[in-house]
Amino acid sequence: MKYHSPDSFHAAAEISANAPGSTRFLAGGTDVLVQLRSDIFTPDNLIDIKNIEGAKAINRSANGDWNIGAAVSGAEMNENEELKSEWPGIVEAVDLIGSTQIQGRATLVGNLCNGSPAADTVPALIAADASVAVQSPNGERIMKVADVPRSPGKTNFQKGDVVKNVIVPAKKNKSSDAYLRFIPRTEMDIAVVGCGVWLQLSADGFIVSARISLGAVAPTVFKVDSAADILIGKQLDDDTLHKLAATASAACNPITDRRGTVEYRTHIAGVLAERTAKIAYQRAGV
Amino acid sequence: MNNIHVRTKVNGDEVDFLCDPRETLLDCLRDKLHLTGSKEGCGTGDCGACSVVLEGRLVCACLVLGVEVEGQTVDTVEGIAQGQDLHPLQEKFIKYAALQCGICTPGILMATKNLLERNPNPTETEVRYWLAGNLCRCTGYDKIIRAIMDTAADMREAG
Ligand SMILES: Cc1cc2nc3c(=O)[nH]c(=O)nc-3n(C[C@H](O)[C@H](O)[C@H](O)COP(=O)(O)OP(=O)(O)OC[C@H]3O[C@@H](n4cnc5c(N)ncnc54)[C@H](O)[C@@H]3O)c2cc1C
Ligand code: FES
Ligand code: FES
Repeated sequence: MKYHSPDSFHAAAEISANAPGSTRFLAGGTDVLVQLRSDIFTPDNLIDIKNIEGAKAINRSANGDWNIGAAVSGAEMNENEELKSEWPGIVEAVDLIGSTQIQGRATLVGNLCNGSPAADTVPALIAADASVAVQSPNGERIMKVADVPRSPGKTNFQKGDVVKNVIVPAKKNKSSDAYLRFIPRTEMDIAVVGCGVWLQLSADGFIVSARISLGAVAPTVFKVDSAADILIGKQLDDDTLHKLAATASAACNPITDRRGTVEYRTHIAGVLAERTAKIAYQRAGV
Repeated sequence: MNNIHVRTKVNGDEVDFLCDPRETLLDCLRDKLHLTGSKEGCGTGDCGACSVVLEGRLVCACLVLGVEVEGQTVDTVEGIAQGQDLHPLQEKFIKYAALQCGICTPGILMATKNLLERNPNPTETEVRYWLAGNLCRCTGYDKIIRAIMDTAADMREAG
């Protein structure tokens, strides 16, 4: 294994496109090193992106959009009070990853690019309508987070693509987000179901716009438009919540494993959709 | 083998070592710098026995590569006592018998010291969450938590 530490994303993309053999990028390393240590996968080339200028920065564009660098750790996001107050759901999702020690290293981009259907931040990012800035040897492009996951452990990136940063839109008036996951323990476990919700309200508390995303209940994290549609024009009355739960459950296509059966995951997805929507609704109204 | 020369600062001392890019910081600390305080319990980020502080942040040394610490500062359990004077946490761990086999202890000391530097007055719940990634097979945690709460109180009093 050859270790590379390029000083630009363009150089990182060039190495990834041209180096002989397999490549992996190294952000926090909390997935890459586990795979390396467990002899699951050792790349021929490991491309560390942490020494690239700007990779550890959180800043805002002129239009208010957030740019979160590919090497920003969960702990750093959690310490950014402004980000936390605008996007509490994204920050609570990243905060659920692992322990204090893992928080010191793990990144949003690593969580997304590892491709796990149970990745905690991905439903929150999809609900927030986040995008990623992708550098390739030929140029840069913007891609929706919702278009990144392909299948368990796989993304729609091409060889040579490297993510520079996550772009989260500026907070809209009377909007907010939330993320909940269900695990059998209180800490340090992988989601049985994860749910991200974003809502925008009218002045009198009716939902005018909504996005919902579910994790761990299909081969990839996915956006549930049918469930979001239920909420439009509504307040969160019991009837709406019941329909939301039924629609979220109906959208699931999970597997049975030691964390939960198909039936259990399907049921929990509905329960979490209701609970997460209530939190987002309450936050959006403030 | 393609060895890389790494220069870093460990417990305040400038040190350097040669390592294969696959070797973890934990391997380098233990096998090259002979700092064997940090332990390997799992090697996959679950147990926290390898906890060290990298650039002021608590991390698992088993999930950091040796080559990644070039030019950075690393603090390990070997650096927390001043000569023969134990750190207040170490004294309380002895007083409360907050260790049995001791494998988890270096990691728990590093994690707790880092917590108290950030938050000198944590609640018991905050301590327990902060230590969620530090597993102990022996003590049942209660003595560890009591030792920590007592140390925190003493350190606040001492200012
Ligand atoms: C003990 C433990 C507990 C965990 N708990 C959770 C949990 O609760 N929830 C959860 O979702 N995950 C969990 N994880 C998994 C992991 O911590 C997360 O997925 C984390 O967000 C990965 O980020 P990273 O920066 O460490 O990624 P890395 O390991 O550095 O990289 C992961 C993948 O992303 C790719 N990549 C990295 N940077 C880029 C880039 N800039 N462009 C393109 N590709 C890139 C890499 O090539 C690799 O394939 C846990 C892991 C451990 C060890
Ligand atoms: S040895 Fe590093 S966390 Fe267990
Ligand atoms: S004292 Fe033995 S593992 Fe904690």
